[in-house]
Amino acid sequence: MFTYSFLQHYWWFIISLLGGILTFLLFVQGGQSMLFSLTKNEDERRILINVLGRKWEYTFTTLVTFGGAFFASFPLFYSTSFGGAYWVWMAILFCFIIQAVSYEFHSKPGNTYGKTTYQVFLFINGLLGTILIGAAVATFFTGSDFIVNKGNLTNQLAPVISQWGNEWHGLEALLNVRNWLLGLAVFFLSRTSAALYFVNRISNENLEKQSRKAVLVNALPFLVFFLSFVIWTLLAEGFAVNPETGVVFMEKYKYFFNLIEMPAVLVLFLLGVVAVLWGIGGTVFNKNFKKGIWFTGVGTIVTVCSLLLLAGYNNTSYYPATPDLQSSLTIFNSSSSEFTLTAMTIVSVLIPFVLAYIFHAWRSMEKNRTDIADINGDDHAY
Amino acid sequence: MELLDVSLVNWSRAQFTLTAMYHWIFVPLTLGLGIIQAIMETIYYRTGDEKWKHVTKFWMTLFGVNFAIGVATGIILEFQFGTNWSNYSWFVGDIFGAPLAIEGILAFFMEATFISIMFFGWNKVSKKFHLVSTWLTILGATLSAFWILVANAWMQHPVGMEFNPDTVRNEMVSFWEILSPFALNKFLHTVWSSWIVASLFVLGVSAWFLIKKRDIDFAKKSIKVAAIFGLTASILTALSGDGSAYNVAQHQPMKLAAMEGLYDGQNGAELVAFGVLSSDKKAYNDSVDPFAFKIAFPKALSLLAYRDINAFVPGVNDIIKGGYESKTGDKLSFTEKQARGKVALQALNDYKKALAEKDTVSAASHKATLMANYNYFGYGYLETPEETIPNVPSIFYSFHLMVILGMFFIALFSVFTFMSFKKNIILEKQNLFLWIALLSIPLGYVASQLGWIVAELGRQPWTIQDVLPLKASVSGLSVMSVKITLFLFLTLFTALLVAEVRILVKQIGKGPHEESK
Repeated sequence: MFTYSFLQHYWWFIISLLGGILTFLLFVQGGQSMLFSLTKNEDERRILINVLGRKWEYTFTTLVTFGGAFFASFPLFYSTSFGGAYWVWMAILFCFIIQAVSYEFHSKPGNTYGKTTYQVFLFINGLLGTILIGAAVATFFTGSDFIVNKGNLTNQLAPVISQWGNEWHGLEALLNVRNWLLGLAVFFLSRTSAALYFVNRISNENLEKQSRKAVLVNALPFLVFFLSFVIWTLLAEGFAVNPETGVVFMEKYKYFFNLIEMPAVLVLFLLGVVAVLWGIGGTVFNKNFKKGIWFTGVGTIVTVCSLLLLAGYNNTSYYPATPDLQSSLTIFNSSSSEFTLTAMTIVSVLIPFVLAYIFHAWRSMEKNRTDIADINGDDHAY
Repeated sequence: MELLDVSLVNWSRAQFTLTAMYHWIFVPLTLGLGIIQAIMETIYYRTGDEKWKHVTKFWMTLFGVNFAIGVATGIILEFQFGTNWSNYSWFVGDIFGAPLAIEGILAFFMEATFISIMFFGWNKVSKKFHLVSTWLTILGATLSAFWILVANAWMQHPVGMEFNPDTVRNEMVSFWEILSPFALNKFLHTVWSSWIVASLFVLGVSAWFLIKKRDIDFAKKSIKVAAIFGLTASILTALSGDGSAYNVAQHQPMKLAAMEGLYDGQNGAELVAFGVLSSDKKAYNDSVDPFAFKIAFPKALSLLAYRDINAFVPGVNDIIKGGYESKTGDKLSFTEKQARGKVALQALNDYKKALAEKDTVSAASHKATLMANYNYFGYGYLETPEETIPNVPSIFYSFHLMVILGMFFIALFSVFTFMSFKKNIILEKQNLFLWIALLSIPLGYVASQLGWIVAELGRQPWTIQDVLPLKASVSGLSVMSVKITLFLFLTLFTALLVAEVRILVKQIGKGPHEESK
């Protein structure tokens, strides 16, 4: 029905799209990181927690689906990165474990550790979760310390296929400035998006004023970190793959060339950036403009998706191995079989249906903006 | 190359066991309570009786608390396949990953979307849309269970795949075969048994209200639903349990032998109803009677395992020695399987070398040898026959206690179904039964965990039955790394469990009236 190559490209697109959606939905984490700075009193904090609490499961679910889709479509990445960069992924998972209980538990009597503990959990998730995910994704461009040797499976004393090169197991990524740049860009983007979301969702004069201020305060460092990462990456050496032999080699300006050689991705990238800026600018400069989250949200999805396409398309290694370039993962050498990708592609036809009911449910729940009276009148409020 | 620390496998197992068992404390209640609250809301929708709305909302609050911690403990399970079992993830990721991805796309989003309407939509959407959302929430949770149980069933009975020596992994060749009767039975048995856990919870909590002589009407309404639902679930669980044991007999004979403490096979084998294992039994082949005491039904094991009262049921010794007749025709001894496994491993190695040297003739020959012996590939990693025997006492006692509890649940729900419909019985005066119901709450959890111990411990030493042993599945981590994360999970999950239980107790103490204000 489809060629193997098409299926590999299609699934990398799905992964990229999920990555974009996840980054947009990290506004929940961004909002959590502002729980203490944006609010003046417990009522305001409660409003923030409740408007974020109606969305946290989407972020969580997207993260889990992102992992599941990666496992199904590119299992060698799953085994190499998760088993190798152990500590980074474990840290991310712990951040999300403590988030998952916090909304439900934080205002319930008998929660044992007190309301503030759960709010601190949310803050930690917002701070570390975003930075670590950003830094982990940055290694798609900067490389990681691993070797893959499938022949090891026949070694009965040490049959491990993917071996990490150091005992830091992923934490060494935090020594790379470029990884930090993307980590911080994601962190500030999530806070910017959260502020835009608050402007859109909350009916509270002070919170709206503070949120509009927060849009500008967070958008500036976001732009600095994001542009630094993008410019550095476009000008840096990239991990190219010879399409004939599959040999991986370093190529100057590889990601810049990818952008030029894939005009559709270039257009997507530019449109995405413009949409992000439109949402931010509109909110900062027009006091009646409340729809910034939609522009910035869609822009984030499109921009991140196009960045990930740059990492995986056009004969590029999306998960480069720095000690042994030939161990690097590409969408061809790390994917599932043609049969599995075909089966998964058939299932993916249902994705628009899933998006449609999410949209419908979201709309039916959010006809009016939220204020403290709504929350006090809701017996399941957080 | 650095050798793997042998204790790494055990610590990795310990971590997976810990996280899976913690997760499974919360999942059964979610699966069952989700249905119970949906039934209650349906009654409210049909009758318009506000009391049923209060009943529904009370149980929904408890559902929410339990659901959150279920989600928190669940995320690690998916990612742990990659973090701690990376070889496994590559070796069978082509097959195993698909159900997990489908679970995310089809089930998790359904849950996440409609649970929000279920909790916050009472005053925002129509009664009908709310009811549909409540049902879709539990449908999403059940679909999620379906896909993960399909994946687990495949680990017990790997089908629909073919080994590809070029990619050094197993690849899916039939999606429908993976959705095998084995998988369907596993799903039904697990979900139906989860309904029991929730029914016991609702029954026990409602009994507490009656003991305290408060919220009588609410408690009686809840008991009526829980008793009928629990009785139905208990009977269905028993029926599907029979199907599970039948499947185990066909595909995992060593697990069945451990479940029954059967060392020497018999024609017309007896089924142990109750037994105490002998501590004198030190080795599988020491000829010591494995039982200090037992009560057994003659020929019943043969009947249940093979639907034939005279069928031969192999014991541990038979499976290791081989040479017995079986329906699958597998009569090789452990030694023969091990030898063929080592041939397969060597052939894979030789095939790779020949390919590297561009020697296509040799490569074809090695590939043929590999494929001829691939069914025993996993045995090539094993050294002794003892490695193929799971922990018999743990599995034997877990299995028998689970069955005994299952019988008790049928009796308990029957009594309460009878009492809740009999007009001349005043339920709140039946203190003895109410106390039994209250004290039975933990028994459902115990039975559910025991079921998993039988299923998972019984599969040892395999991650994928006969294909890949644990020792060839782990990630190349330091033992200390795994110890640290294990300790962190233990601490965090225990802390969260304490909080969850205390919140539930407080919410129950507040009662439905407080909730409905």
